[in-house]
Amino acid sequence: MNDATPAVEIRDLHKRFGRLEVLKGISLTARPGDVVAVIGGSGSGKSTMLRCINMLETPTAGDIAIHGEDYKMRATRDGGLEPADRKQLQRIRAQLGMVFQSFNLWPHRTVLGNVIEVPVQVMGLPRDEAVARARQVLDRVGLAAKEDAYPSQMSGGQQQRCAIARVLAVEPLAMLFDEPTSALDPELVGEVLNVIRDLASEKRTMILVTHEMGFARDVASHVVYLKDGRIEEQGPPEQIFGDPRSPHLQQFIRSIA
Amino acid sequence: MPDIDIVTPIHPAPALPLRARLAPLLMPHRLVMAALALAALAAIVTQMNWSWLPVYLPKIGHGLLVTLVLLGSSVAAGFALALPLGAVQVTGPAPLRWLANGFCTVIRGTPLLLQLWLIYYGLGALFAQYPEIRASWLWPYLRQAWPYGFLTLTLSFAAYQGEIMRGAFAGVPRGELEAARAFGMPRLMVFRRVWFPRAVHRALPTLAGEIILQLKATPLVATITVTDLYAVITRVRQDTFLTYEPLLLLIAIYLCLSGTLTIVLRWLEGRVPSGH
Repeated sequence: MNDATPAVEIRDLHKRFGRLEVLKGISLTARPGDVVAVIGGSGSGKSTMLRCINMLETPTAGDIAIHGEDYKMRATRDGGLEPADRKQLQRIRAQLGMVFQSFNLWPHRTVLGNVIEVPVQVMGLPRDEAVARARQVLDRVGLAAKEDAYPSQMSGGQQQRCAIARVLAVEPLAMLFDEPTSALDPELVGEVLNVIRDLASEKRTMILVTHEMGFARDVASHVVYLKDGRIEEQGPPEQIFGDPRSPHLQQFIRSIA
Repeated sequence: MPDIDIVTPIHPAPALPLRARLAPLLMPHRLVMAALALAALAAIVTQMNWSWLPVYLPKIGHGLLVTLVLLGSSVAAGFALALPLGAVQVTGPAPLRWLANGFCTVIRGTPLLLQLWLIYYGLGALFAQYPEIRASWLWPYLRQAWPYGFLTLTLSFAAYQGEIMRGAFAGVPRGELEAARAFGMPRLMVFRRVWFPRAVHRALPTLAGEIILQLKATPLVATITVTDLYAVITRVRQDTFLTYEPLLLLIAIYLCLSGTLTIVLRWLEGRVPSGH
């Protein structure tokens, strides 16, 4: 594998919930170092697409490859797909870090406990090594002083930064952000965006579903506009925000601004 | 509208000086109540007949031990059974789910005394009919009463606690489990590291109450000849023709036990901060 191998590659992805088709054939490639921002109105399918990348949602059709490795899938009785190889699924998932809208920290563990959990339990790292690494990443997100706090004792912004540290600790091939600031009070959004901005400037691979257009414009190397389950337009941020072609996108950008 | 701070944890109030803490206790009506209570205690000790106590103390101690062992073992075994009973009702395949649900419903819907007698007289008589069982190494145990008491109490605790665990398992926010899966945890690890500890912690506040209910259910085993604390006290009453003194002692002991349990479990609960 060389550097040109896409970190994440989605080919003709379809997802159907019952009679509702949420994704109608999406193809998307994120190369190592790409920061892909996915924008679009609510119900456009952007979160569903992101959740298909680590199989939290199973696609109805289509292929997904992580660092050149396709998920092995098999057909289900109701005409969809499901992961056929549990071991492979777990191995690939462990290389993808996801940051959720609602943080989803483990409230029975401290900040440090949350961050070392996956390195120790899933990756089999010795505890002291995991702790050392955890302290590093906690320092990066500005939570060095909080390692013994429990999630319930922290603000939303701190919790989300802890969730980002939890992802950094596994040194993922790609980071998936699912509207990471949507559940935050307005005054807490900035601290989280700053952390993500830092990470983006380090050329980490990211796929970022967001409503923060200014932020997407700043950090993304590539912007994808989703509309009704299809990619309506994509390109570099200057083009998407500066010179949108599709009328829907033009209207979407006007409505946000 | 005042700003409500949901972020800062609630810290215990700073300790007041001793005088300030005593002040509420020194209010006149409280002093009167305290005096009455002391007088009642003095009357109980001096006016009532406690001469039997030294004679029966060893037996009472033994009865207490039986009660505690029965309580501890049936709670431990019942809890171990309650975990699968609860988990299966949330995620299990349909037949297992029905089975667990049926078990909980039947046990919780019938009197414990009835279950005890059915198991003791029914199962006990059934076992006695099989020479294989009578010849086995188990028979010395199975011909005694306590295994049946233990079994009944265990099943009862499992059913009640199983229902609580069902709710606790179902109540763990999906997102926490999803995060675990998203990081590549195998299913068993998700259960062991996230789902199970979170469910147990959610069930802990009710566990204290359930254990105390279980403590208060233990005297029923006296009806199948297990000499627990209650059986010993009954024996004292028959021997001495005293009614109140032994019963007062019994109340005091049960009260101490449930009080201790409450304090211990509350401490345990406080050690792990809750999610929200």
